Parts: sequence; structure tokens; C-alpha cells
Amino acid sequence: MLKIEDLHVEVDGKPILKGIDLEVGVGQVHALMGPNGSGKSTLAYVLAGRDGYEVTKGRVLYMGKDLLEMPPELRAAEGVFLGFQYPVAIPGVSNIYFLKAALNAIRKHRGEEPLDAIDFMKLSKEKAALVELPDELTKRAVNDGFSGGEKKRNEIFQMALLEPSLAVLDETDSGLDIDALKVVARGVNTLRGPERSMLIITHYQRLLDYIVPDVVHVLIDGRIVRTGDKDLAKQLEAKGYAEVQDAQQL
Amino acid sequence: MSAATEQIDDILKKSYDAGFVTDIEQEYAPPGLSEEIVAFISNKKQEPEWLLEWRLKAYRRWLEMKEPTWAKVSYPEIDYQDMCYYAAPKTNEDAPKSLDEVDPELLATYEKLGIPLHEREILAGVAVDAVFDSVSVATTFREKLSEVGVIFMPFSEAVREHPELIRKYLGSVVPISDNFFSALNSAVFSDGSVVYIPKGVRCPMELSTYFRINAANTGQFERTLIVADEGSYVSYLEGCTAPMRDENQLHAAVVELVAHKDAQIKYSTVQNWYPGDENGKGGIFNFVTKRGLCEGARSKISWTQVETGSAITWKYPSCILKGDDSVGEFYSVALSNHRQQADTGTKMIHLGKNTKSTIISKGISAGHGRQTYRGGVKISRGATNARNYTQCDSLLIGDKCAAHTVPYVDVRNSSSKLEHEATTSRIGEDQLFYCRQRGLSEEDAVSLIVNGFAKQVLKELPMEFAVEAQKLLGVSLEGAVG
Repeated sequence: MLKIEDLHVEVDGKPILKGIDLEVGVGQVHALMGPNGSGKSTLAYVLAGRDGYEVTKGRVLYMGKDLLEMPPELRAAEGVFLGFQYPVAIPGVSNIYFLKAALNAIRKHRGEEPLDAIDFMKLSKEKAALVELPDELTKRAVNDGFSGGEKKRNEIFQMALLEPSLAVLDETDSGLDIDALKVVARGVNTLRGPERSMLIITHYQRLLDYIVPDVVHVLIDGRIVRTGDKDLAKQLEAKGYAEVQDAQQL
Repeated sequence: MSAATEQIDDILKKSYDAGFVTDIEQEYAPPGLSEEIVAFISNKKQEPEWLLEWRLKAYRRWLEMKEPTWAKVSYPEIDYQDMCYYAAPKTNEDAPKSLDEVDPELLATYEKLGIPLHEREILAGVAVDAVFDSVSVATTFREKLSEVGVIFMPFSEAVREHPELIRKYLGSVVPISDNFFSALNSAVFSDGSVVYIPKGVRCPMELSTYFRINAANTGQFERTLIVADEGSYVSYLEGCTAPMRDENQLHAAVVELVAHKDAQIKYSTVQNWYPGDENGKGGIFNFVTKRGLCEGARSKISWTQVETGSAITWKYPSCILKGDDSVGEFYSVALSNHRQQADTGTKMIHLGKNTKSTIISKGISAGHGRQTYRGGVKISRGATNARNYTQCDSLLIGDKCAAHTVPYVDVRNSSSKLEHEATTSRIGEDQLFYCRQRGLSEEDAVSLIVNGFAKQVLKELPMEFAVEAQKLLGVSLEGAVG
């Protein structure tokens, strides 16, 4: 599904990612862990195609295609979804309207007929129930005046609606209390499937109690220093990043 | 006479009018402005003596006046002696015979706006069929309106058929000497619309200049007068939403509204004159005076405007709240892209007791666009318990545009309450990226964000208008980012 080869990325001339190799198979869930400033969000943004991140070396293949060549909207249309760490507000534009426009843009790319308002509402109700997002929130302006937890649930709601092939979730757990965390995790788990791959970026092991990954990577200072199974995450939680890094250096 | 004969009769009358137009088309006024030219215009329109006198008075006042310079707009000096003040209406021979002959760029814009094919023909000024069709449309509407006593006709026709109405109200809200441009308009106005709604009548349809033939070709100096008698209601739509290529540079219109006791006037404008090219070459200078008088108690006037066109916009639709408990509203979206400059806003003059006004202004600047909100709220001594709420929001796209807010407040009665809120924001790279990550193109994303910003105003527009205005905002911003 996703193959990252020797990826080097700079921001304002400063190297952030220093040679990432990562492969996510079809239907797999990978967790990417690491301390603040290790480059986790940078990787997420590079995959989604945000401006300001200069790839100086390496390449990224998505379903065999050169992902880095595509503009962000094309990546989205091809099935790449980024769950934002800090979703932005778009005042005056209702969530529903926004998502209908987005979904129909993606459907158009796939050569499918646009959904009409009635079918869309039906779909939206179904998906909102999945993340227990109140109806009222789907009608409010996109993320405008949403609480931290509501914003994150809204991201998962959007993912459920857009049904991506590759979902990159950037610290979807940050700022969530335990109940909200469970709701989000349940949403993510129902979206797991043999056709869908996920890259879950997080600081903490906590989320991984609810979303059990197939593979765990540890990113420190722009490099993946360890890769293992779900137990690696537990180890990290117990010992901290510093020790894992030291162990790596021995 | 049966309805069918009546209709045929109307069409025949129309073709007589057309003959009249063809007749005058052969004559034209030489460039420049003088008492002779004013008399020439009045004569061409077969106006009564009193109206000629009125025009001449306006002309003499205009000579003594100076062009205002207080607005935050800059433009090359206008040579008023170099312009033609009476140009013959465009002839059918000059008009394109079919859409094939129309500028493809213009057609592409119509396409984007989703204007039906038939309407595109009218907008592009395609002759023959389109005009014929709109004749029948116009007359059908007219019949329906006359059943309830509503007068809706071209200004020159109203002067002939309802002189007492014109005499009573012309210049009653915007006096001849109000300002430089209104004086100029009063001297040389070409045509426009007159609306009268009788007592207690709720006008059965939205009145639109759109339905009027030649509306698209009305000259630079049109004049609109709307009188709503006691307890009546009218919603009036002005302008067409498609761009017009116009060789005329100056556009100076005057609009006067009078709302009597318990009457309500809703006036909506979507203005999309040619804005000039990317480098600021060409485009319309739009200097318009619009004012409404809430004459009677509990009367209400609402202005809603979406201004996306013109190189220069100088426009302050205002309300004089004379009747007790009268209400004035101003909802505005103004957009300046490329080198466009807009200095626009409103004046709310509170004279009566318990008068209320609301001002919602949304300014959008992109490219090198310049945007100024200029508003005045005046609470006079007698306006006990007056209230005003003002909200001015500016949205910036890119880093070469500018937005200014110039609110004037003059309060002479201590029982009044005024609120003012203002915000300035920028379309964020993060907002654009968020939309694109969800699959929207950059242009669609900008259009979506801008429409969200303008929503409070757009929802005040009548439904069909709102949809077109929404698309127009997107189209006008093409090329604003990236």
C-alpha cells in the first residue's frame, strides 16, 4: 500500500527527516511513536502533500504510484486521508456541506455519480452514529467552536464518510479524555478492514490499548530507530524513549 | 379585449417603441456637457417643461460642485467634457445574432455561473428572439402587477403616465445637490425604473430589472425610484449577475426609496460590472448614490448588496429613519480582486424614536485589491431609545491586498445603544490545505471559505439570487491564489 524509501525532508533548510524507510502492507495498522520534535507530524504532512516541506532525497510509493508527484487533492481523491492533529475551523461552512463537496469531488475522480442530498444525509447519519457524533454537530460550521474532543471525533467521522484506502491519523488521541478516547478508538476499529491501511501517529501507548497495531515503529530525531510488534509500545511506555534510543545505539 | 389580443397589442406597442429607438439612434450628442446637451436629452425623451427645469437646475449646481476626494480610491482624473451623455441604445445590427458571435470568455463565465442558455442570450445582448421572448415575459408580469395596482415601468414612461408621482418624489430623498455624482445624474439621467406599491398591497412577485428589456443596456446614469405606500411590501432585485463588457467608464446611478407607514422595502443588488483586467486596465467606475427614507412609523428598508465588479466602487446605500419604530438594515459583501478598489458602506440616520438599524459588512480583498468600509451612524437628539448594531469583517487573501474600516459615530441622545464589532482575518494556508486534503481543488476551497465568510449576508438574498451570488464569488476570485 505505502512504501517510503530513504525519505529525507527539510523545513526551512533544516533537516527533519533523515532517511525514513517504512512499508505499510494492505490491511495493516502501523503505529508510529516518538517524542516531541522527532518528525512524526512532518511525515504525516509530507504524505498528505502540505507546502513548506522539501523532500531532498528518497521517494514514496502509494499503490505503486509516486505519491510525492501528486497535489494534495489528488492524493485525497486517490484515497489518502490525514486525520489532523489540530483540525482548523471554517466559519460559515456547515460540516455536512463541506463533506458533501469533498465526497463528491472524490467520487468524480473515481468516475462515480455525485450523491444527491438525500442519499448523502442517509450516509452521513449512519457514519455519525459510528463515532457518536451528535446530529447537531454535523450541521454546525466545520470545527467552529468545537471542543478538542469534538474536533477529533469529527475527523474520524470524516474518515468514515470518505472511506480512504490509507488513513494517517496524526495524534488523534491528544487532548482526549478516556471516554472520548474509547469512542474514537471504536470508530477507528470499525473502519479497520482488509482493504484499508492505517498509520497511527501517537505519543502514548494508551491509544494502542484500544487500537492494537500490527507493527510499531519508533521515530527519534528523524530516523526510525526500532520496529517491532505491539509489545514494543508497552516497552516504550515502561522505559521511555531515551532508553530505547540508547539500547539502539549500543 | 381578450388577454391574447391585449398581449399582441402590447407587443405591437413595443415594436413601436423599438421603432422609436431606431429613430433616435441616428442622432447622437457630441461629447461634453452643457445646458444644450441637457436640453437635448430632455427633448429626446419628450419630457415636460418642469423636468427640463429640474435637470438644468441640477446641471447648474453640479458646475459649482467639486468631485469628492475623501474616499480611499485612486483613479485617473475623469474628463467630464470628453464623455458622451447621450449615446443611442445599441442597435440590433450591432448586437450579436447568436451566441456563436459572443466572446467565448464571457460564455465560459456564464457556464460557470450556471445561467440557463436562454438567459445567457439575453445577458450577452443577443438580438431578435431573446428580445422578443423577454417582451412577452415582461408583459405577462406587467398584467399580473397591474391587477393589484402596482406600477413598475421605465422611468421615461412613468414621467409620461404618472407625472404626479414623479413630481412628488423625484429628488425627495436624494436632493439635486446631495453630492457631485447625484447632481450629475440628476442633470443627465438616461432612464431607470419606477415602482409604486399601493396601500396595503404585498407585491405578488420579486420585481427585477432583469425582466425588463433593455435593462442590460440601460446607460451609465440610471435612476430608480421606489415608493411603498402605507402597509405595503416589495422586494426589488437589481442588476444582473453576469459580467458586462462596457466601453463606458463612468457609471453614476441614483436610487431613491420611500417607505410610508408600516411599509417595507427590500432592495437587493448583485453588481458585477466589468472590473478591469489583472493589471487594472479598463473597468467601470461605479459612483452610486442610494438612499432610503423610512418616512412612516414602523416602516422598514433593507439593503442587501453583493459587489464583485467595477474597477472603483463608491457606494453607500443609506437609511433615514424618520418614522418612529422604523428599521434600517444594510447587508453587504464587497469583493476586490486584482486592482479593484471598493470604498463602500452605509449611513444610518436615526431621527425617530425607537428606531433600529443593523449593519453587517463583509469585505474580501485579494490580489492587489483595496477594500474600505465607510459607515456612519447618526443618532439625532429626538431619536430616543435608538439602537444600532454594526459588524464589519474583513477577509484577506494573499499579502498584497488591503482592508480598511472607517466607522463614524455621532450620538446626540444618551438613551441610545450602539454596538460595533470588527474582525480582520486571512484565508489561512492551513484552511486551504485542510480542504484540499479532503479532496477539494484549491479554487473550490477558496470559494467555499469565502462563501462561508459571506454567509450572513448571502442568506438575506432571495433564493435564486443567493445561488448565483455564491457562484459569482467563486468565479470572481479565480486566480486569486497560487
